[in-house]
Amino acid sequence: MTLLQLRGLTVRYPEAGVTALESLDLDLARGETLALVGESGSGKSQVALAVMGLLPPQARVSGSVRVDGTELTALDRPALDRIRGARIGLVFQEPMTALDPLFTVGHQIALPLRAHRGMGRRQAAARARELLDLVGIRDAASRLSAHPHELSGGERQRVMIAMALAGEPDLLIADEPTTALDVTVQAQILALLADLKRRLGLALLFITHDLRLVRRIADRTAVLRAGRLVETGPTGELFRNPRAPETRDLLAAEPAGRKDPVPEEAPVVLETRGVSVGYPGRRHFLRAEPPRLAVCGIDLTVRAGQTIGVVGESGSGKSSLGRALIRLEPAAHGLVRFEDRDLTALDRRALRPLRRGFQPVFQDPMGSLSPRLTAGEIVAEGLRVHSPHLSAADRDARAAEAFSEVRLDPTWRHRFPHAFSGGQRQRIAIARAMILRPRLVVLDEPTSALDRTVQRDIVALLRDLQAAHGLAYLFISHDLAVVRALADTVLVLRAGREVERGPTDAVLARPREAYTRALVAAADLDGDLSQA
Amino acid sequence: MISSPSVLAFAEASLLARARRRLLGDGLARACAALLAVVALACLLGPFVTGHPYDRLYYDYPGVPPSLALYPRPEAVGPALDRLALRMRVRAEDVAVTGEAVRLTLASDRPIDDRVLTFFSRSDIFGEARLLGRSEDGRRLTVEAPLHALRFLAGTDALGRDLLTRTLTAGRLSLALGLMATAVALGIGVAYGALAGTLGGRVDAAMMRLVDILYSLPFVFFVIMLVVFFGRSVALIFVAVGAVEWLDMARIVRAEAQAIRRRDYVRAAEALGLSTSAILRRHVVPNLLGPVVAFAALMVPRVILLESFLSFLGLGVQEPATSWGVLIADGARSLETAPWMLIVPASFLVATLLALTLLGERLRDALDVRG
Repeated sequence: MTLLQLRGLTVRYPEAGVTALESLDLDLARGETLALVGESGSGKSQVALAVMGLLPPQARVSGSVRVDGTELTALDRPALDRIRGARIGLVFQEPMTALDPLFTVGHQIALPLRAHRGMGRRQAAARARELLDLVGIRDAASRLSAHPHELSGGERQRVMIAMALAGEPDLLIADEPTTALDVTVQAQILALLADLKRRLGLALLFITHDLRLVRRIADRTAVLRAGRLVETGPTGELFRNPRAPETRDLLAAEPAGRKDPVPEEAPVVLETRGVSVGYPGRRHFLRAEPPRLAVCGIDLTVRAGQTIGVVGESGSGKSSLGRALIRLEPAAHGLVRFEDRDLTALDRRALRPLRRGFQPVFQDPMGSLSPRLTAGEIVAEGLRVHSPHLSAADRDARAAEAFSEVRLDPTWRHRFPHAFSGGQRQRIAIARAMILRPRLVVLDEPTSALDRTVQRDIVALLRDLQAAHGLAYLFISHDLAVVRALADTVLVLRAGREVERGPTDAVLARPREAYTRALVAAADLDGDLSQA
Repeated sequence: MISSPSVLAFAEASLLARARRRLLGDGLARACAALLAVVALACLLGPFVTGHPYDRLYYDYPGVPPSLALYPRPEAVGPALDRLALRMRVRAEDVAVTGEAVRLTLASDRPIDDRVLTFFSRSDIFGEARLLGRSEDGRRLTVEAPLHALRFLAGTDALGRDLLTRTLTAGRLSLALGLMATAVALGIGVAYGALAGTLGGRVDAAMMRLVDILYSLPFVFFVIMLVVFFGRSVALIFVAVGAVEWLDMARIVRAEAQAIRRRDYVRAAEALGLSTSAILRRHVVPNLLGPVVAFAALMVPRVILLESFLSFLGLGVQEPATSWGVLIADGARSLETAPWMLIVPASFLVATLLALTLLGERLRDALDVRG
């Protein structure tokens, strides 16, 4: 029996001239899980907002949204309020910002109970506790009085789910509920959702960009691209026999291939012995707290042409390690030898000329380019420091070359960063590093903020650049699939300490340590997507 | 992703060119800029055109309401002559007012000395009188005196000074003060705040404690102290206002610089080997622009108000020099008898402040790269 029925749902933004969704038809039965898959900008979140009536005021909606036979688009605000929260629950992507930092968890869960179910204060508190138990939060009674900042990311997402369930809805909409979480936590939340669905007979609309999650949780899958539904069908069937080219493109976007090992005699580019990285402790009036160690006792040897993959969950110290090795904040202690120089012994000024040898690429393609400079100026900036004899015209010519090298149209170099897409911005960031011809590039989650299809192109670009220039990479990522495709050696970090290391295939196929096994299991690497 | 040529040209235009194009495309911004230009030009050139010195007292016209009419009014000439005659100790007879002059006979019981005629030119109504004829016994003088035609478009104040001229002259001081103090605050505040925010650590802590100390000085006390040491002058107000306003600017800029400091593009610049000063110049300061411009545009009106507060206390501009704040304080006191004395300077001030505020907001939006 159909619970949610969308017919010809169209969402337009006339002011921006954008059609976010175009005549979308979807059905979701009771007790069913439907996954809505698409890349960023495909309009998948617009579906959730349209069903909940949460679209911004400038949006123009046409078509029909029926929940259990009730047409939602025709309802006024009070009538809509009786349905959303009560019949439909919504779980957002970002559990930190979706909870109000000023109120306790118990208070926030009790709100919908009192609004929709007319419970008293005491009754609502009791029910909130049951709900926290239901979503698997340990020690629920004491967690009720906790504020959101006292909870971990996974716990916050569980609280969000508890809030969504408070009205005992028939339909739960989860908009990228696990994207902001670590892989192991992600797996737990997915298991929780599947379990709740079974026990409560919920219909689940699961919105995601990650095909691996879809295969694990969804009965049926719908693929969106540019606001249109391109394909829908039972999940297994769709993965085995994708009909639409867009679906095939998405499936083929999983990082593939392996890295060829480098010869033993390749020159050593970076060598570290017992590197520790600490953040200075908080200073009080008279005494200072001891420094907080983010990384402890890491030995590394990186050869030309080699890629070391550094993996671990958030807070494992992998980004701190990457930054410290190229002498950005925070500071590294121990021996860091780049080619024949000890970096930790040099002061900032003495270090500057050496910096062209090692360059970073950061995760966020928005934040890593100054919005006030043109793409060409950004790319050529390093030349100002390291080749001061070049004229402005020479620099510009070199920037154009660097643009071609990262497969961007060189005529685009006069544009500002905001005119580029995420993947293009990441190419600009890579070009900024490559123009100096470095020997080592520290790649700090360079593909994590990108869609899978864009990711595939960036991975290919990184591979080609490495082959062409014999670059050494330190590749930091939480995404084991990308690490497997790029790295020779993988180093697993947990709480700043090395857990395991070895050749990538060996570590990922036969992890020795329990922590690595958990990571690999959560990443669900085994088997190709098409054999679901 | 970008197709049409106009969008493409926009994507490639420099920041300032884009800001200018956006501002010019915005009707409200154009109107505000035009209004500001008109006010500024009027203040600069107006006092030469109105025909009244700003400090001239017209004893005969105190508290004249605004009008287009010419003074003196024909019906006022007779009584004025009577008052004048009283002071000359003569009688005014056979008064005939023609268009631009008045002809009359002065009569007395004793012979009249010619020198009494100087009374005419001391009055604001008449020009220098000409002697047309004298009777045999010297007891009757026939005199012609030209009428001084004056216009007071915005009326006069309680002392008979032309309000329009005074308002425009006052605008010079208020606008100059607003611009200068803001420029000083901008210069010091941006440099200081950006440096503190970029360097961080102990330097930042020391620099910001200094700001806190200056902040804690009561403003009026500070000004009184300055007056005691350096005497009273307009330059002193500039110093006092600038010295206080840059503190706010430094705080705002520091907070913003700290946020920018943590951005990846600053890290990348550091990794490229840029020196701290180059990072400040090329990355931190340009990205501060938006909030700084908005704050500066709001600071001009604040400075103008601050000056009027000081002048109101008697610590600022002194008579006969004047500023909008002084005029408004005067006007507020005579609101019931002469409302125009408040309305005229206040409308200049309000128009200027409104235009500045709106323009500042539009400018900030225009400088925002994301839009």
